[in-house]
Amino acid sequence: MQVFHPSTNTISRVSIFGAVFFIAGLLWLLNAFHRSSYYTEVGVPIDQPIPFSHKHHVQGIGIDCRYCHSSVEFSSFAGMPATETCMSCHSQIWADSPMLEPVRASFRTGEPIQWIRVHDLPGFVYFDHSIHVNKGIGCASCHGRVDLMPLMWKVNTLHMEWCLECHREPQRFVRPREEVFNMSWQPPADQAALGEKLVREYKIRKLTDCSSCHR
Amino acid sequence: MVKQRRSIVVPASLCVALLAACRQDMHDQPKYKPLTASDFFTDGMASRGAVDGTIARGQLADDSRMFEGRAGNDPIAAFPFKVTKADAERGRQRYDIYCAPCHGALGDGRGMVVERGFRQPPSYHIDRLREAPVGHYFDVITNGFGAMPSYASRVPVRDRWAIVAYVRALQLSQNARVQDLTPEDRQKLGVVE
Ligand code: HEC
Ligand code: HEC
Ligand code: HEC
Ligand code: HEC
Ligand code: HEC
Ligand code: HEC
Repeated sequence: MQVFHPSTNTISRVSIFGAVFFIAGLLWLLNAFHRSSYYTEVGVPIDQPIPFSHKHHVQGIGIDCRYCHSSVEFSSFAGMPATETCMSCHSQIWADSPMLEPVRASFRTGEPIQWIRVHDLPGFVYFDHSIHVNKGIGCASCHGRVDLMPLMWKVNTLHMEWCLECHREPQRFVRPREEVFNMSWQPPADQAALGEKLVREYKIRKLTDCSSCHR
Repeated sequence: MVKQRRSIVVPASLCVALLAACRQDMHDQPKYKPLTASDFFTDGMASRGAVDGTIARGQLADDSRMFEGRAGNDPIAAFPFKVTKADAERGRQRYDIYCAPCHGALGDGRGMVVERGFRQPPSYHIDRLREAPVGHYFDVITNGFGAMPSYASRVPVRDRWAIVAYVRALQLSQNARVQDLTPEDRQKLGVVE
């Protein structure tokens, strides 16, 4: 007795064959999702409890990054400004603005302002600002033109391949140490030569072994 | 028939495996990064301050000249260590970060924040401040002064002295006399002797 019609032979062949494409398609979709700005949030401005503008403070008033992110040169953590840091100016400037009420409330009560993280590496990745800053990698190489951002957004995915692109060839990105905080620095025409020179001068290693970042 | 069932099992188990990969346990590990929130402590902060009175190794502030800019109750008039050119250079950099927004790059009290309406600080080039001892400057940075907040949490002791050295250099630069210049510099200025 024949349970299946002979045509099921073809169906089963097609579905085995089709499964390969189905799986490939699924993987492709997953990968596309992983890289889409919906998932990585690249280029998506993040709303904050206070609409703090780097454009106004950095480009407009010319405040250095370190006035607010004061541990970026010697610690893994860049540091976030304490409420007192905002109040050093806003005790007098825009002192009655409703936009700044959360800052004043935090100053009165001592409760910290809760900023929403924009960059957030997974817990299994180790990152350190100080070594990058001290070996001549500018803020703008990783964070983009922060001085033009009315609200903060991510410019790079922070995917492993992105880190490695630079760790394999640091000479393409390194700049003189004095220019690390300069937002508008552009690589000169002879970056190839300059990069090689700085890599030697700052003794930059090419850290691509897994244990550099996964420890 | 067995073959056919396998053709479902493989993609199905792959789907399950992929879904399992969506768990974020390794991404969001139960450990604290700086400034993360915590529901363990009543104030909601994971970062804990040191217990009152803790002194870390090498951070005993036992020298009032170095750490308070004072000898007894009087601000000291001489630097507590020998100031080098490197100190002044460091001071310039730190001054431009922490002081210039209000005091201006020249120390005339007309920084960008003042232009936007902040109370104008006095110029460093008035007689009273030119004659003020270095200990006074150190004290102002450490404890604040009137409308000016303290910078002690962001500027370490050694950097504070470096800034003071640079302020002294600014004061010299704005009040230099032609006689103090080297002959070459005088020539550059076109001064006839
Ligand atoms: C006046 C203080 C101030 C200055 C100056 C400042 N920042 Fe910020 N920065 C903040 C505050 C407040 C936040 C949190 C709000 C936000 O993300 O927009 C922040 C957030 C950031 C973030 C995102 C952090 C995250 O959540 O991932 C980056 C990156 C950053 N700043 C870089 C810079 C750079 C680079 C400079 C110098 C060009 C700079 N900042 C200057 C106050 C400042
Ligand atoms: C060095 C002085 C200074 C510090 C420090 C500072 N601000 Fe401001 N802020 C200003 C000035 C000046 C303006 C007015 C901007 C203008 O007129 O262009 C301003 C404007 C603002 C505004 C109004 C909206 C806008 O973007 O113009 C907000 C909101 C604000 N600041 C938030 C903050 C927060 C939050 C902090 C602390 C992380 C902070 N500021 C620290 C000087 C400062
Ligand atoms: C090599 C790339 C790189 C450079 C250079 C860099 N950053 Fe970052 N920054 C990151 C990454 C990655 C994170 C996310 C860290 C995390 O999630 O733990 C981050 C996070 C931050 C944060 C949030 C607080 C924190 O530390 O997690 C601030 C603020 C910040 N960066 C400011 C700066 C400033 C200012 C500079 C320049 C002096 C700078 N960064 C240079 C990659 C970089
Ligand atoms: C634009 C270039 C650049 C990018 C992007 C970059 N790095 Fe680096 N990184 C460097 C350089 C240069 C060094 C210094 C190498 C050395 O020590 O000689 C370094 C060093 C490190 C170190 C070694 C720290 C130590 O204490 O040994 C770690 C960890 C690290 N990077 C992690 C990361 C991670 C994680 C990312 C991505 C989120 C990243 N880096 C992205 C340039 C970069
Ligand atoms: C320069 C730093 C760096 C080095 C070196 C590095 N990784 Fe990574 N790795 C990362 C970062 C950053 C991520 C997180 C990427 C993300 O968030 O999607 C990551 C993620 C991963 C993941 C998880 C992938 C995922 O999507 O969740 C694995 C597995 C991994 N790395 C393995 C390795 C292995 C194996 C090596 C050595 C051959 C290595 N890594 C070397 C920075 C690094
Ligand atoms: C937020 C703006 C601001 C910043 C930044 C600032 N100051 Fe001031 N400073 C002031 C104001 C305002 C006064 C006048 C205070 C008063 O008379 O109430 C002042 C006064 C002073 C005085 C004079 C004290 C006297 O005897 O009259 C000195 C010295 C001084 N500041 C040094 C510094 C140094 C050094 C820095 C950098 C570490 C600095 N200030 C950063 C606003 C600022």
